[in-house]
Formats: sequence, structure tokens, C-alpha cells
Amino acid sequence: MIRSFGWNEFLILLRATEWTILLSLISFAGGGALGFVVALARTAQHKTLRWIAVAYIELMQATPVLMVLFLVFYGLGLFGFDIPPLIAASIALIVYCAAFLGDIWRGCIEAIPKQQWEASEALAFSRWQQLRYVVLPQAAKISLPPTVGFLVQVVKTTSIASIIGMVELTQAGRFVNNATFQPIKVFSAVALIYFVLCYPLSLWAQALERKMNAGRRA
Amino acid sequence: MPVVALENVTKSFGALTVLDGVSLAVEPGQVVAVIGRSGSGKSTMLRCINGLEQIQSGRIEVAGHVLENNKTALRELRQDVGMVFQSYNLFPHLTVEENITLAPRVVKKEPLAEAKATARNVLEQVGLSEKIDAYPEQLSGGQQQRVAIARSLAMHPKVMLFDEVTSALDPELTEEVLRVMEGLAKAGMTMMLVTHEMGFARRVAHVTVFMHKGKVWESGPSERIFSDPQTPELRQFLASGLK
Ligand SMILES: Nc1ncnc2c1ncn2[C@@H]1O[C@H](COP(=O)(O)OP(=O)(O)OP(=O)(O)O)[C@@H](O)[C@H]1O
Ligand SMILES: [Mg+2]
Repeated sequence: MIRSFGWNEFLILLRATEWTILLSLISFAGGGALGFVVALARTAQHKTLRWIAVAYIELMQATPVLMVLFLVFYGLGLFGFDIPPLIAASIALIVYCAAFLGDIWRGCIEAIPKQQWEASEALAFSRWQQLRYVVLPQAAKISLPPTVGFLVQVVKTTSIASIIGMVELTQAGRFVNNATFQPIKVFSAVALIYFVLCYPLSLWAQALERKMNAGRRA
Repeated sequence: MPVVALENVTKSFGALTVLDGVSLAVEPGQVVAVIGRSGSGKSTMLRCINGLEQIQSGRIEVAGHVLENNKTALRELRQDVGMVFQSYNLFPHLTVEENITLAPRVVKKEPLAEAKATARNVLEQVGLSEKIDAYPEQLSGGQQQRVAIARSLAMHPKVMLFDEVTSALDPELTEEVLRVMEGLAKAGMTMMLVTHEMGFARRVAHVTVFMHKGKVWESGPSERIFSDPQTPELRQFLASGLK
């Protein structure tokens, strides 16, 4: 029986959106935590640490996130782990986001003038105290716009989880389309929902950016 | 016993020798001005004294600490050495009070109440009590520099190092900062100051050191250095009116 795209079908999409949001939050929170470590390692004094962070960031930025997902999903499957799509997608996106956020935040840490390091060093701060009280608070402030901007990417990237069968928004769209054969309507609705999720974030990022620039007067 | 003692210190950046066998002693309560041409190694010398730069050979002793390349020992030494920079380098995300209390709290683990009391004292000393809640960007350059001095004072240093602290300031603002420094000198603070303010050096510094080509070329009581220079290089430097 062929259904037509109506309110009930739209509700199915909305249900699935909850999973998109959940996966976005997991990816962002996990990727943020790991990315923080990556940023610290990337800006550390310890050469090996820095080198490991560089390798990780470069590798991730040169790999399609889909390959990361396949490696996690099928790779771990090979070892006999039967992991649910949500977990596989979460792991893949955390690993992916950590590299990008780590690199964004490295830039923010490096943007703090070296005089700030020197002034606090002259005041007998340890390296960790310099980071904790002087550098990171300033870096955190300038990191807000690019970080929120990246969140938009995260939301959109969660759509790849559909490929391993997770029923998030994109996958739900495919199901509804298979049942209705009204691809224009269905995928317009899917796109609209992504837009509603992402646009406020984009606006927020832009507002933060403007505020930052206004605060940076002579 | 001198508060600061350098013995035959050498420092180079790659092939460039910047300090070439510098020896120098600063007695308690003494004010020492360091003058010399751009590139003669004045800033580098100050930065070596608190370990911001590492020396290649020689010996530096500050307030009873022998400078060594050990992080913990270095932090002990730095607690006794205040440093003020040309570009103020206040922490822009903190208020004046927080700028001043941060190091005592974080480094010396002083209780907040004690750190705040100290902050009020040092702010009064630099004449900026009313700016306690301001952020650095709300202050003039001269005010920022006075806060930077107060921030150093709050650590109760045994010696203060000043590196061209008025060079970025307009003449009127220069005056207010120099007044604060003169007040400190009168109060008995041991000070080393790299300066282009020859009048100030002559009037306030007990001893003036002329640096040339990474060496202490000539040094002595300020009055003598300025009125009766012995070396052609110092004579030329003073005559050139060069800052
Ligand atoms: N981090 C560094 N790396 C390489 N060379 C340096 C470094 N810091 C200083 N130098 C060089 O060392 C020499 C001495 O510099 P220094 O800053 O001590 O001079 P100065 O006497 O303070 O000069 P100025 O009056 O211009 O401040 C200069 O030739 C400078 O280029
Ligand atoms: Mg200098």
C-alpha cells in the first residue's frame, strides 16, 4: 500500500530527528573533551606529544569521515564486536570531531600573544597555571564563534550514520520515501528540519563573531 | 651581599653573541640604570636575570637563589623578582584587582582576603585605588603600566626589573609612571631599569651601567657617568642625544 506524505509521516521524521540531535550532542561533547586534550597536546612543550597530535589531526583531516565510520563499524565487527549503529557512529564522530576541534582550539591558544605567557612566567606561574589562569580563559573566548560554527558541521555530518542503518533523520527520510514515493516532498521536509536545527546555530555563531569584533576596538 | 650578581655571563642567540662576559652587582636598595644603543643586549640581560632567557655560561645569583635550569628552582627565584615590560602585558580578561591578586593566590596560595588587602595597598602606592574594578582596556597606557607595577609589587619582590617601561607612552603619561618608580626607589626598593630617560637615570639611579656590544662598557655613579664619561663610545652615545 502506498501512503502519501502527510502529518503522520512528518511525525516519523521528527521522531528520528531526536536521534540526530542525540548523536550531534554525543559527538560534540565527546569530540570536545577529546579535542581539548588534542589541542593541549598540539601546543605542548613536549615534542613527542606535539608530534602525535599533529599526526592525529592530519590523518583525520585527510580521511573522509565515512571511512572512519566504516572502519569503526565493520572493523570492530571483524573482531567479533557487534556494535549497534548508534555506538559506532558516536565513536567515529567523536574521533573525527576531536581532530577538527583540537585544531580549531590550537589556533585559539596560539593566538594568545606570547607576552601573556611571559608576563605570567615572570610572575612565577607554572606552565599549567599559565594555561589555566591566563591563556585558556582568553583562548576560550575567541574560540566560541568557530566552535559554534563547527557544531553546524557536526549536525549535518551525523547524516552519514544512515549508511550503517541508524534511523536518524536522513535514514528516516529514506524509509518514508520508500513508502510514499514522494521524494521531493519527503526530502524537502528532511532538508527543512536540518535547516531549522542548523540555522539558529549559524546565526548564533555570526552574532558571537560580531560581538568579538566589536569588542576588539583599539 | 648583593641582591643581584652576574659573573661573567654570556648569552648568544645562535651565532650572535648578545651578552659577552657581563659582570655586575646590585646592592640592596640600589637603583641601577642600564643604558646603551638598541641591540646592545640590555633587555636580554634583564631577561636572563629572571630566567626568561637561558645563559650559556657564567653565573647569576638573585636574592640568594642561584639561577639554574630547574623549573621548581626557577619559580622560587621568580617569586623574588618583579618584572615590568614595555608593553604592560596586563591580563585583559581580568579586572585590575584580579590582575594583582592572581599571582599571590595561584603561586603563593595566599588566602583571598590577604591578597585583596595587598592589592589595595599596592594600588594606593601607584595612585590608582579608584580603578580597582576596571578592566585593562578601560585604562590609559600610563595607568596600565602603573597597574603592571602594582601587580609585580604584590608578590613582595626583593628586586624589580623594568625594561623600557615608558617607551610606549606619551610624555605626560611617562611622567606619572616615572613618579611611581621614583617613589619606589625612595622607599628603598632594589631596582634595575633599562631606560632611554637619561634625565631620570641621572637623577634617580645610584649607578648607571652603559652597555655596548654585549659588554658592560662603562659603569659607575650616575652623576659621574653622565658628567664625565671615560670611553669614546659612551661620550658619543650621550652626545648623539640618542635615545
Ligand atoms: N629571541 C631572540 N632571538 C634571536 N635574537 C634575539 C632574540 N632576542 C634578542 N635578540 C637579538 O639580541 C640582540 C640584543 O637584543 P636586546 O633586545 O637585548 O637589545 P636591547 O639593548 O634591549 O635593544 P633595544 O634598545 O632595541 O631594546 C639584538 O641584536 C637582537 O636582535
Ligand atoms: Mg630592549
